[in-house]
Amino acid sequence: MRRVVVTGLGVVAPNGVDVPTFTDSIRRGQSGIRMIPQLMNWNLGCWVAGWPQLEEGVLSAYFTENTLKALKSTNVIYGCVAATQAWLDAGLTINPDTVDWDTGCVFGTTSCDTTVMREAVNTIDRMESRRLGTRFIEQTMFSGVCAYVGGLLGLGNQVSANASACATGTESILLAYDRIRHGYANRMVAGSAESASPHIWAASDAMRIITRRSNQTPETASRPMSATAAGFVPSSGAGALILEERDMAIARGARIYAEIRGGYTNSGGQRDGGTMTAPSPAGVRRCIQRTLELSETSPADIDLVCGHLTSTFADKVEVRSWATVLDRWGADFPYINSLKSMIGHCLGAAGSIESVAAILQLHHGFIHPSINCDDPHPDIEALISPSRIPAQAVEQEVNTVIKANFGFGDVNSCIVFTK
Amino acid sequence: MSPDVLREKFVAILTPYIADKALLTGLNNNTHLTKDLHINSAHVVDVVIDTEVEFDIEIDNDSIDHMTTVGSCVELIRQKMLVDVVAG
Repeated sequence: MRRVVVTGLGVVAPNGVDVPTFTDSIRRGQSGIRMIPQLMNWNLGCWVAGWPQLEEGVLSAYFTENTLKALKSTNVIYGCVAATQAWLDAGLTINPDTVDWDTGCVFGTTSCDTTVMREAVNTIDRMESRRLGTRFIEQTMFSGVCAYVGGLLGLGNQVSANASACATGTESILLAYDRIRHGYANRMVAGSAESASPHIWAASDAMRIITRRSNQTPETASRPMSATAAGFVPSSGAGALILEERDMAIARGARIYAEIRGGYTNSGGQRDGGTMTAPSPAGVRRCIQRTLELSETSPADIDLVCGHLTSTFADKVEVRSWATVLDRWGADFPYINSLKSMIGHCLGAAGSIESVAAILQLHHGFIHPSINCDDPHPDIEALISPSRIPAQAVEQEVNTVIKANFGFGDVNSCIVFTK
Repeated sequence: MSPDVLREKFVAILTPYIADKALLTGLNNNTHLTKDLHINSAHVVDVVIDTEVEFDIEIDNDSIDHMTTVGSCVELIRQKMLVDVVAG
């Protein structure tokens, strides 16, 4: 089986819309959560969210004037910016006249940009459907992001979108990894995007799964593993990775950030504690266990766990699953952190942005702080030493990172990245 | 509105749809929207919508088929504006 490495990274996150800024932010524990007046005006319980601060000007570097005029989907915008960043970061060039038949793209999302969908619905309801023009479908279809990315970069291999709720981003990387491993492609753009969709956040608010306690202090709202965690913070953005067959990457002298050693995707079947909205611990543990087996990784080798850890009651269940499968407890447990502490829960984009963060820690040799956890949950303290949850960045060599995400539908994805 | 002003306004509508702006030089009444200016044929519908808004006219589906060259478009717009004035 062929080996697969990561040679390029791109990110559009609430605390940084390019890789250097994002790297600096996660090292410093810089939150990107802010108050969103629209949420307050709707009388929601939660008024805070993550919304990448992308300057309008940068888009003209990526899109034609005509497309820019019509482009409203933040999903597509974030995805294209992240994918192009990753492409250029990998030392690749964009050729407007040729097709790259051996490179494809798997780019997922959880839903289309509802602000765009709302405009389409309202226009039709006003009996003005003619005024819609031709650019709505491409922005609201699920494969919209990968279709735009494929066109920007001239990709001629599989160009497809995946969807598995909050596990989407991790799954997209594994789908792309498999495609290269089995020889169907030599290079893949993998990633996911989540639009800044306040209407989706309002629906999450109605489910009472997002926090209502920190409207005046947005930066403290996302508190994974904390005793005072009160729900996740909705967020948005995109992450992108360039995956390549290892020998070809070496032959072209590409910088290699990490190797994907293996991973696994499964479902808990919505049985045995698993539901539409809560992961079955048996499913999660099986996913982590199979990932260790497939990547031939010994639990003792793991330096860092980049968890799903959303800042809900489920954090303690997740930590128990990690400790159980790794059979590492107390002070012997690896370092564990949650990027969501700084940027909230980017839903479909969570897995890809968090994987970018995991790889940056591996590459640069640091462990980013998991902020807002000065009061670890007592059930978590009973499992692992609080010293394993860094409040400040730890500068040390990191050789093996395990990353997982879990989604509605009781679906799980887990990956091992190594140097 | 003089034909020259009308044409100038219509070319301004077309401009964002033309990737290679060099194609605008030497533009005349016979210049074809899709063949010469390489406007994506799917986006001609968007050009029509922008034209309707700019000139406050309605272009029916049958007329869209006649919007092939700059000259035919300008003539169509002129006629529609005339109709609106008469009807108004």
